[in-house]
Amino acid sequence: MADMIEVLLWRGKEDGRYQTFQVPQRENQTVLDVVSWVQRNADPTLSYRFACRVGVCGSCAMTVNGRPRWTCRTHTSRVVENGRLKIGPLANLPVIKDLAADLQPFFEKWQQAKGVFAPSKTRADPVETISPASAPRIAADAAIECINCAVCFAACDTVRWNEDYLGPAALNRAWTLVNDVRDAGNRERLAAVAADGGCHACHSHQSCQEHCPNKLNPTASIAGLKRRTMQAYIRGEL
Amino acid sequence: MNIRLYVLQRATAAIMAPLVLAHIVIIFYATSRGLSAAEILGRTKGSIGWGLFYGLFVLAAATHGAIGLRAIASEWTPLRGHALDALMWGFGVALAALGLRAVSAVVL
Amino acid sequence: MSPRARQHTAGHRRNALWMAAMVHRLSGLALACFLPLHFLALGLAIDGEARLDGFLKWTANPLVKLAETGLVFLLAVHMLGGIRVLLIENMPWRDGQKNIAFAALALACVAAFAFLLRAV
Repeated sequence: MADMIEVLLWRGKEDGRYQTFQVPQRENQTVLDVVSWVQRNADPTLSYRFACRVGVCGSCAMTVNGRPRWTCRTHTSRVVENGRLKIGPLANLPVIKDLAADLQPFFEKWQQAKGVFAPSKTRADPVETISPASAPRIAADAAIECINCAVCFAACDTVRWNEDYLGPAALNRAWTLVNDVRDAGNRERLAAVAADGGCHACHSHQSCQEHCPNKLNPTASIAGLKRRTMQAYIRGEL
Repeated sequence: MNIRLYVLQRATAAIMAPLVLAHIVIIFYATSRGLSAAEILGRTKGSIGWGLFYGLFVLAAATHGAIGLRAIASEWTPLRGHALDALMWGFGVALAALGLRAVSAVVL
Repeated sequence: MSPRARQHTAGHRRNALWMAAMVHRLSGLALACFLPLHFLALGLAIDGEARLDGFLKWTANPLVKLAETGLVFLLAVHMLGGIRVLLIENMPWRDGQKNIAFAALALACVAAFAFLLRAV
C-alpha cells in the first residue's frame, strides 16, 4: 500500500477545475475520510456535504473516479486506481460549490412523480392491518429502502439526455406508493408517471441498479410502472 | 415518450418479432439457391398471403422505426416539440409509402 | 452542466447492459437508414423482372455479401435485444440480464456467420 493517495478534488462551480492534494492513505479509510482530511488539514474552504457517516442519511454522494458513490461507505482500498482518486460533485445536477451538488431538481422530480403518500383515511379511522406476506406489500418492501442519495440519478444516461425524465429514484418511490393499499393518490400518480418524461422514457440500462448503494432495483420498479400504466391506459383510465 | 407512443412502439415490436424471424428464415432459404427476380416474384406475385405478410411488416416497421427515431432525436439532438413530431411523421409516412410501393411491386 | 465537468462522470457506461442498450439503439438506427434503400431496390420490380434481376446480379458481389452479413447481424441483434426489453417490461423481473444480453449477441453473431457461410 502506497503511503500517499494523489487526490484530485473539483473546486468551484460548473466551470471549475480539479485541484490536487496528497492525502495519507490509511487502513479502513473511506472516501469521505479523505475529503474530510483535506478540509481539516489542507484547505478549510473546501465545500462538501455529509451528515450521518454511516450510510443512512444519503447526503454524501459524490463522483468517485468517474462513478457516483456514497462516499461514507466506500473504502479507498476499493476505488483508488494507480494511487489516484478523482472526486467531483454528482453528475446530472447543478454544482453549488466544490463537491456539493444542488439536489433541488432531484427532489422536484420526486414531487412531480407524486412520490408523496396520499392518505385514504383520517386519524379517526382504525389503523389498517397490512399483511407483510401480501403481494403488493412484498413489491413495496423490495423498493422502500431508498435513502435519496441521488446516486442513481447521477448514473442514469436517460436523466442526462432527457431533461424531463423523472429519474430512477422518483419513479421507484412512485412504485412503492402504487403498491401501498392505504394510498388514495394512484389515479394522479399513474397519470404523472405516464406523462412525457415518465416511466416510458426508461431504456432499462440498469445503471441505477448497478450503482444503488442499497442494492435496490429501480429498473424493476419502473418496469412495474410501465405494466401498471399500460393496464390503466388500455382500460381508458389515463 | 408518452404512453401512446410507448404502447404503439412496443406493440409493433411484438408484432414484428415473429415476422423478423420468418424474414430471416426466408433470407437463408432464398440466398442458398441464389437470388433471382423470377424466384422472388414467383413466390409473391398474386399471393394474398405474402401481400398481407409484407404489408403488415412494412406498416409495423414504419411505425416502430419512426417512434424509435423520435426517441433518439429527443435525446441526442436539440430537436424538441413539433420538430420531433415532424421528424417522426415525415420518416414514418415516407417509409410506409416506399414500403407499400415495394410490396405492390412484388405482389401485384 | 459544463462539458468539462461531464467528461469525468461517464464511469457508469463501462457496463455490459449500457452497451447492450447502445447496440440496440445503433442497430435500430442503421436498420432505419437501410430500409428505404431496401424498399427502393424491391420497387425496381415495378419496371419489370429484368430490372430487378439486374440489381440482384450486382448483389452477388462479395463486398455486397459482406454488407448483407452485417445486415443480418443488425436485424438479428435488434430483434433479440428487443425481445429482451419486451420481457423486462412485460414479465416479472428476472435477474441475470447481462447473461441474457450476451446470449442475444452470441446468437446474432451465429446467425450472421451462418449467412456468410451459405452466401460464399
